[in-house]
Amino acid sequence: MFDALADRLERISGRLRGRGRLSQADLDEALAEIRTALLDADVEFSVARDFCAHVAERCSVEALSRSLTPGQQVVKAVHEELVAILGGETLKITYASRPPTVVLLAGLQGAGKTTAAGKLAVWFKSQGRNPLLVGADLQRPAAVEQLRLLAEQASVAFTSAGGDPVATATAGVAEAIRLGRDVCIIDTAGRLSIDQALMDEVRQISQATEPQYTFLVIDAMTGQDAVHTAKAFHETLELDGVILTKLDGDARGGAALSVKTVVGRPIAFASTGEKLDDLDLFHPDRMASRILGMGDVLSLIEQAERTMDQEKVAASAGRLMEGRFTFDDFLEQLSQVKKMGSLGGLMKLMPGMNREMRAAAEQIDDRELARIEGIVHSMTPAERQDPSIIDRGRQARIARGAGRSVADVSQLLKQFKEMQKMMRSLGGAMPGGGKGKLGQMRQMAKAARQNPEELQALLGGQVPAGLGAAGPKPWAAAPPARKGGTNKKKKGGRVTPPKGARIVRLTRGLPVEPRADAVRRDGRANLVAVKLRLVRMGKKKQPTYRVVAADSRSPRDGRFLEILGTYAPRGASKADPETIVKIDNDAALKWLQQGAQPTERVQKLLVTSGAWEAFTAAKAAK
Amino acid sequence: MTTILLLVLALALVAAVGVVVWRARRPSPPSIDASTATPLPAPPDEVAPVEPPPEPTAQGPPEALAEVDLVEPTPSAQSLRGAATKSRGLFAALRSLRGRGKVDAATYDELEETLLRADVGVSTTQAILADLRARVGAGELASTDDLVDALREDLIARLELVSGAAPEDLVVDPDPEVVSVWLMVGVNGVGKTTTLGKLAAREAARGNPVLLAAGDTFRAAAAEQLTQWAERSGVELVRGEAGGDPSAVVFDAVQRAKARGNGVVLADTAGRLHTKVNLVEELKKIRRVADRPPGKVTEVLLVIDATTGQNALAQARQFTEAVAVTGVVLTKLDGTARGGVVVAIQHELGLPVRFVGTGEGPADLQPFVARDFVDALFEDDLAEG
Repeated sequence: MFDALADRLERISGRLRGRGRLSQADLDEALAEIRTALLDADVEFSVARDFCAHVAERCSVEALSRSLTPGQQVVKAVHEELVAILGGETLKITYASRPPTVVLLAGLQGAGKTTAAGKLAVWFKSQGRNPLLVGADLQRPAAVEQLRLLAEQASVAFTSAGGDPVATATAGVAEAIRLGRDVCIIDTAGRLSIDQALMDEVRQISQATEPQYTFLVIDAMTGQDAVHTAKAFHETLELDGVILTKLDGDARGGAALSVKTVVGRPIAFASTGEKLDDLDLFHPDRMASRILGMGDVLSLIEQAERTMDQEKVAASAGRLMEGRFTFDDFLEQLSQVKKMGSLGGLMKLMPGMNREMRAAAEQIDDRELARIEGIVHSMTPAERQDPSIIDRGRQARIARGAGRSVADVSQLLKQFKEMQKMMRSLGGAMPGGGKGKLGQMRQMAKAARQNPEELQALLGGQVPAGLGAAGPKPWAAAPPARKGGTNKKKKGGRVTPPKGARIVRLTRGLPVEPRADAVRRDGRANLVAVKLRLVRMGKKKQPTYRVVAADSRSPRDGRFLEILGTYAPRGASKADPETIVKIDNDAALKWLQQGAQPTERVQKLLVTSGAWEAFTAAKAAK
Repeated sequence: MTTILLLVLALALVAAVGVVVWRARRPSPPSIDASTATPLPAPPDEVAPVEPPPEPTAQGPPEALAEVDLVEPTPSAQSLRGAATKSRGLFAALRSLRGRGKVDAATYDELEETLLRADVGVSTTQAILADLRARVGAGELASTDDLVDALREDLIARLELVSGAAPEDLVVDPDPEVVSVWLMVGVNGVGKTTTLGKLAAREAARGNPVLLAAGDTFRAAAAEQLTQWAERSGVELVRGEAGGDPSAVVFDAVQRAKARGNGVVLADTAGRLHTKVNLVEELKKIRRVADRPPGKVTEVLLVIDATTGQNALAQARQFTEAVAVTGVVLTKLDGTARGGVVVAIQHELGLPVRFVGTGEGPADLQPFVARDFVDALFEDDLAEG
């Protein structure tokens, strides 16, 4: 979804490359493209118009920023505007202090309410709740039956008294109390927003059941009408959020943007698949990144975290990077990846995918995986450990066993060999000069955790040969704040950034032009972000910390750029137990304004010291 | 195959790094209480059935339906116009253009806005406006009044051009040995089953004993829904097992129709997104099976929800490619949606609109009449002028 917008932006950005300044004509042209993209994505007319106006505004302000090329300025402005609109927090469900928490679903016919109700029940179950489904759609033939079947599939309780929808809903809530269910999901009939009688009815249901959450279910394919519908339902029901369904098609989901803008209520959930558990909280920031083709590594990782056997994966990934990768490892990886879901879907979350790659990912047939697996399974254990022993005779045997042609087998072997080679070279190129040791990977991972964009960039740069993701990612590459590799042995020393070093904030995906000196010999970008973090000092039982600004790449061996203060959770000293946080606010502000990212703990400290407030105030003033 | 290996590896790498990241995070887990709502796993495995959203349906007790005149489902513009008026006079915005005199840039902007707001889509709108501009340039149209009239005529011409003479006459093979099959296709929740039910009622009332095939074996209770429709209009229904092979159901229905002498089989299919390759393949198979003698697919009707935006074009394109759609049924025109996307569909794919659905009763299915459709859109405007 939103692919067209990403593609168009790519094109605009490409066309504006090489221009020194963003001229009014360029901007107008870019805005026209953006508007068309939005309208094609079914964003409501006025919303699209306002969006463009805001982007234009941002662009004229951004014109001051010399470090960005015109194309990047436009992309950045669009990204910011998207985040601003979609923006805000992911919905956090607050449960009623006196259960049940009543959730009411309403919407047009065919939006997917009944299915959404079933999926929502599964979601609440996964949150450790105990939901009850109430079928109050007495309108459509067999709707109650459908919900009952869904409830059965999801193994959650279901009730529907029948007769009058309002009475059914109230009875449902009573039933939830009787059964001790803490969440009560009410499915209502589809209704047109102009059908006064039915709108009154749903209002009565709402008044009778006093839901904590009222969600409007909207089809992602909805066109201009989405806004009218959302407005009408909002006026009647006081919506708390929107559930966007059928987002797994190629609908661009512009309705999401329109509804958020006009009604001001967030997209709470998005349904992205056919299965009952394909309903997830909607993450606006990730969506914005995805729109701009930046991938969605966080979602990918979350998915991995949920489904993968972590020990096994980490172990075989370690071997993989050392180049000691066998077919057994490959099988293992394959089965883990398969657990995560369809390859095509997963690839869409990968960063560094350009349009062609995305298109290719769409076409991946998961059955192909099964065929590959079949070939590998037809090998003997010895062959799997050491594919080099596979000669013609063995190949023929394997082919027979797998029901494939000998050519298929030899192709697989050839590619496997190439893959091993590639992995070896990659292993050497890992950050920290790692020879593939897990510890180093963890190191990298740690840095990346604090800086997801960096992780994206790392990974984007890591799969160059096959994935077409070679070369620096324009938004992630940054000139080094200091030369990498110097002062390697020195511990605890103070490192001053070289003169003229620019420190660039990376975490918001700010596109920065890669500088020649920011690209290493192997073609990957050097990544530098500055973190504000703690360095542990003091005795074991009397820990004190330094608050420092540090290059996020460096291992945590105490090297840093500047000391900003101290944090002594148990008091600075026995004599001075009162002083817990001491921070040079001016220095901290300076770093923050240059884009340094505080860790969570440091951010809390900065809030305490007041530096954070100064920073946000300064930002707002800008 | 190369790509797949690489992709698997890349994924495995990402996953592995991610997992390590997460592990590294463990020692100091962020305080997650129940309300912090960690996203739910969505591990989709292989090919799966389609998410079945509800479809609109008939309302009212069956006895009330008996009184509805099923024989002539009022092809007049009256109800269509009524429906459109209810939805705020779709082109009401154009009213302000009337009598303004000279045509200027602002006029075009307004026309553009009107068309875009009606979901006509950017490229079709631009094509329409380019035509009008050329005519204004040629001095053919002088005032805004002319322009609005020209737009109206233009839209009618576009819609009529491809619609042909009688959109309501769906093709039945003249050979009595052949069982004609009408297939309903479309994405989830557009109203396929409801449309099928209405169509069955209509054909039954016209004395054409059709046989229904409950080809939606996937969505929970879809067959039940169709059964209710079949009972209402007194036609026969063939249904299969829930989760069974839809092609088999259609095959059985054709055989049964042949044995019983029904000339037409109306086959429902499960809603499917046009992007799901496996499901589209399933649909192709249904079509292939239905085309096997004595069956012959004579109509493939794509059901499109009037609230759908530009995605309807993609739907029409994909379904046409897969199963050679012969016509469009535009449903839910009784809401606030404008259904302007059919203009784009006709413009880009030349697919005619055959019927429009304007409500939930069995009689709320009317043959599409371009003039009435556009008149309904312009109603406010005509009243003014």
